[in-house]
This record gives sequence, structure tokens and C-alpha cells, in this order.
Amino acid sequence: MDLSDKLISSFLAFESNVNVNTPVHEIRSEAIRNFERKGFPSKKQEAWKYTSLNSLQKTDFSIFPKGEQTLEYKDVKRYFLHEIDTYKIVFIDGVYSSYLSETTHDGVDVCLMSSALTKPMYKQVIELYFNKVASREESLTNLNTAFSKEGAYIYIPKNKAPRKPIQILHLATGNEAALMLQPRNLIIVEENAEVQIIERHQSLTTNEVFTNAVTEIFAAKDARVDYYKVQNDNASATLIDNTYIDQKGNSNVSVHTFSFGGKLTRNNLNFYQRGERIESTLKGVTILGEKQHVDHHTLVHHAEPNCESHQDYKGIFGEKSTGVFNGKIIVDQIAQKTNAFQQNNNVLISDQATVNTKPQLEIFADDVKCSHGCTIGQLDEEAMFYLQTRGIPRKEASALLMYAFANNVLESVRIPELKTRINKLIANKLGVSLGFEL
Amino acid sequence: MLEIKNLHASVEDKKILNGVNLKVNPGEVHAIMGPNGSGKSTLAAVIAGKEDFEVKKGSISLDGEDLEELAPEERAHRGIFMSFQYPVEIPGVTVTNFLKTAINESRKARGLEDMPANQMLKLIREKSEMLEIDRKFLSRSLNDGFSGGEKKRNEIFQMAMMEPKLAILDETDSGLDIDALRIVANGVNKLRSNENAIVVITHYQRLLEYIVPDYVHVLFDGKIVKSGTKELALELEEKGYDWIKQEEVV
Repeated sequence: MDLSDKLISSFLAFESNVNVNTPVHEIRSEAIRNFERKGFPSKKQEAWKYTSLNSLQKTDFSIFPKGEQTLEYKDVKRYFLHEIDTYKIVFIDGVYSSYLSETTHDGVDVCLMSSALTKPMYKQVIELYFNKVASREESLTNLNTAFSKEGAYIYIPKNKAPRKPIQILHLATGNEAALMLQPRNLIIVEENAEVQIIERHQSLTTNEVFTNAVTEIFAAKDARVDYYKVQNDNASATLIDNTYIDQKGNSNVSVHTFSFGGKLTRNNLNFYQRGERIESTLKGVTILGEKQHVDHHTLVHHAEPNCESHQDYKGIFGEKSTGVFNGKIIVDQIAQKTNAFQQNNNVLISDQATVNTKPQLEIFADDVKCSHGCTIGQLDEEAMFYLQTRGIPRKEASALLMYAFANNVLESVRIPELKTRINKLIANKLGVSLGFEL
Repeated sequence: MLEIKNLHASVEDKKILNGVNLKVNPGEVHAIMGPNGSGKSTLAAVIAGKEDFEVKKGSISLDGEDLEELAPEERAHRGIFMSFQYPVEIPGVTVTNFLKTAINESRKARGLEDMPANQMLKLIREKSEMLEIDRKFLSRSLNDGFSGGEKKRNEIFQMAMMEPKLAILDETDSGLDIDALRIVANGVNKLRSNENAIVVITHYQRLLEYIVPDYVHVLFDGKIVKSGTKELALELEEKGYDWIKQEEVV
């Protein structure tokens, strides 16, 4: 039985554990039907041309984790941004760990999707927001929707901001030979409210993990959301991240994606602008080696006038790694005075690494500024020579240049401790010992 | 200190230097002048070790050591510094971090420990004051968005930090207004000593009013065709390079 059949037949078992007489379950039922009709995406589809899920479908993943696992904080501390105080929503093999978490209901809700989906007090919010921006077409999003039950639920009321950033951490213990996880996050940031979120998926062993995550973010008028995705997983981990963002007027949302690890990572990042004077920022640093694969598919839909979007993705590819960047920008006819910028620069440091990059612009308005640039190249020899004449040997010079190239994206990271941490991860990943403290 | 003998160099089979001879002793300042395309910048790049140029004949030595087999960084470790005509912009590395890396790599090559942080900061402060460099400038990305003048000043600042034995200033005056020129030239003059030497490459005599050379050489068609003292620069300014060209023909 392949994974697709297994998932479809598991839906009945899943239903026996949730309340089926709810609007949410109607959505789930529709979603499993959609998934059944479409199945896993294949390389025949343009959007999946360079990313194959074939081997995943032949793997016998456990869909429902067996029992609860416990972990000691000291053993997983390094996966947290522990230098600063944060709220934490932690899952071990898909199951909430109250021991490692720190949630709150103090003015804001930082808690669990399972509560939000079942408790009457959240009923109204769930009906308003759940699955309202996530795609009903994408089959992997449908798959997640069908099994949506657990994840992070964050609600920031009007004019509020949590006292500290929020970390969402998914840990996989390797208790199962192969485990499939489908976290579902819902983040609602009301008018003039603010939140900063850091998300990370980490498997603790070399056992296979396949995560198919969906995050819905709603940023109301004047809201500000900064979301940071740290992807530095083991070589046995696959992550399909589907993030959907609904922005209202004057809101400002940024998503930074740091992809340094994992076997296969696919980021489907979708911004829908539904108001004027919106700012959307999409930034990414990808540094890969071995046979790692990262595929960034971004979409920014400009549907109202006077909005901006800024995309800047940098990639460094070594050994036999492969990268994909596909950046789609849609500017509706009504969306005059749109400023949409997109940049994707890649450096190949090995003859066997590959990058496929493609801007995809669909512009129907005539008074807009849209720019895009994709480059794939080697390190600048003139810059190398410059550094060498200053006494920096070739190897260190090339590391310094790569570090600089990647580091430039970090300027917009608003949590200094996270910036330092990412700096270090970059230096580590590049095997750089820099002549200065980070 | 620097001795160039019958140097021939080409890039992609195009001959650029056709037998350059030059001897520079400690304490001296030499100016190399010449019209566009005469090979001035190539000469600087070849001394610094740029690999695009192929040395076909002749030799370059520093303190008796042949430089041919040495990489640019190894030449830097032996005390050669080149100020670039077009300094490269490197967004993402601050001026300070760049200097720390450069200095500590050079120390490492000489078997020395990293320079202690407080000593480094003191040195940076001292040298940046000498070149009237604003503190804020130090935390900016290297040359990124710098004006022409700032870039050149930054080059001389790096020279001050690295304390080279031999500094080659390639068209350091280009793109500088008179105030910036004065600051840069003052900086260079403060770095002059009996132990080091400076080779100033320039198209115009202007810079030589501030950095007064002991010797002036005219490079033409990849060869030094005339050498003299600082008066030669004035003569060139007056008569133009055509004068040299005509003399060549005669």
C-alpha cells in the first residue's frame, strides 16, 4: 500500500478520535475527498517539476504516533533560542509537551490548536478563520486540513502584543522507524497588534520524518507579524511547509526562511494582500551541501492599490545539493501603484550542484514598479583578489564572501539574539572560522 | 627592496608589459605616470599577484625573494599592499570585521597570535582619526554605497592598519575632490618612513603636489621610457604625453 492509500484509509480511524459533528469536520471531510481525487503532486505538474515526492510515497510512515515521549530540556535546549525569554509551544512526535512548553492566556492566547478546535470559547474565531486562507486546491494542503487536529494557536487581540517572542518547536524522537507529522497552525493578529514567531522542526535521530505543515496567518489592519522559519534538520527529514498569509490594510508581515538542512524541504509561501498600503517581506537564506534539496515556491498576490512586496532569497549550493526558486507575483488590474521587488541570487560552489530559478510575473495593472532578478554564479573573482591582497588566504576569502553574501539578508531580522544565532549557523554551515566574534 | 627586471606580462595573449625595469629602495617614493592604456594598472596588479596576468619574461623580487610563485595573500604577508583604483564593494561584512580578519590572517601567516581585541580597537581608533574617518563608517559594510572619496580614504585607512613595506597606490587620486585628496595625501605622508616605500601610479601630476616623489617614471607601451625627478612630472603636465610619444618615435 502506498502512502496515499494508507492516508485515505486512515481517515476513518482519525474520525473515531474527533468530534465529527462540527463545521471543522465538514472542512476536513471535504479536504480528504480533494486529496483522494488529486493524490500527491507529481513531477508532471509544473510546480513540482524539480521536486520529487516519489520515494516518500513508498515509505511506510506511521501516521498516528504511538504514545507520549518525554525529553529532558537539557537535551534539546540547543534547538531553542534560549538566549532570550520566550513563550514556547513544543511538540514531541506531534504530541504537545506541556513540560517543555510555556503558553499563556494573559491578554493574548498562545496555546494549542487542539483546544481551539474543540473548546466552545474559540468556536466563533475558528469559524471565522480556520481554513479561510489555506488553499482548497493544493493537494498537500488538503491532506493537512483533513488531518488537522494539533498545532499552535495564537490569537493576539486588537492593540496587543505578547510580552515576548513565541517559539514553535516540533521535535521528532525517532521512536518510530518513519513518522509522518501534520501540524496545523492558526495565527490571528488583530488590528494594530503585533507578534514575533520562530518556528523550527527538528528530528533527533536519523529515522525518517515527513512533516507536512500548514500555517495560516491573518494580519488585520495595522498589524505587524514577523515570522522566522529555521530549517536545519537531519539528512533524514522531509518538510513540506505550506504557509498562507492574509493581510489587511496597512499591515506589515515578514517571513524569513533559513534553510540549512534536511533531506528535502519545500516551502510554499503564499501572501494574499487584501487592503491598501500593505507591506510584505519574504526573505530566505539557503545553504546546502551533500544531496540536500530545497524548493522555495513563493506567491505574492497584489489585489489592492499602493502596496509593496520585497523578496530577497540567497542560496549557496555545495556538493550535490539542488535548489529551486519559483517566485510568482500577481498584480491585479486594480492594484495600481504596486511596488513589487524580487531578487534571487545563487552561488554554486561545486560542479555538481544545481539551481533552477524562475520569476513568474503576471501583471495586469499599468502603473506599477516591479523588478526581478535571478542570478546563478560563482564567487566574484575581483572580490577574491581584493581580499587576498589584504592578506586573507583564498579559502578564508571565499568563506568570508559567502558569509557576507548570505548575511546581507539578515539585516531585517528584528530579534538580535536570533540574528546572532543564524549568523553562527551560517558560519558553521560554511565551515568558516572568521577572524571576528559573531 | 622592490626590484623589477625586464618584466613582460600579457593577458589572454595580449602583451601589456614589454620589459619593465624598476628598482625601489626603502624610504623612497616613486611615481609612475603614463597615458591611458600604457600598462600602469597592469603593473600594479602584477606586483600584487593578480592571476589574470601571465608573466612571460623577467622577474619581480621583494628583498631578494622572487615573487613569481607567491599568491596575492602571500605577497601581502611579506608586506606588499595595493590600494585599488576601484575598491570592491562587499555588502555584509563591516569595515571593522574586515580589518580584523585581514590583520589576524596576516599575523597568523607570520606565526603570531590574534591581536587582542582592545589593542585592535585602539589601533583602529588611532588610524581612523588620522584619516578623519567617522566612527559610524566603521560599522558600515565594506565599500558598500561609499562615495568615491570614501572608498579611497578607506583604502589608505587599510594601508595604515596593515603597515606595509611597499605600498602601491593605483590611481588613488581619481574621483577625489580637493579636500579628500588632501586628507588622503596627508595620510600617506604620515605613513612614509625610512623603512617603507611607496609607488604612486597616476595619470595626473595633481596628486604629486601632495605626495612628493623622489623619482618619476613614464610608462609608455608597457615600458618605462623616461625616468627623472619630480620636475619630470611638471614637464609632463606642461607638454602632455604626446611629447613622450614623439620622443619615442624619434
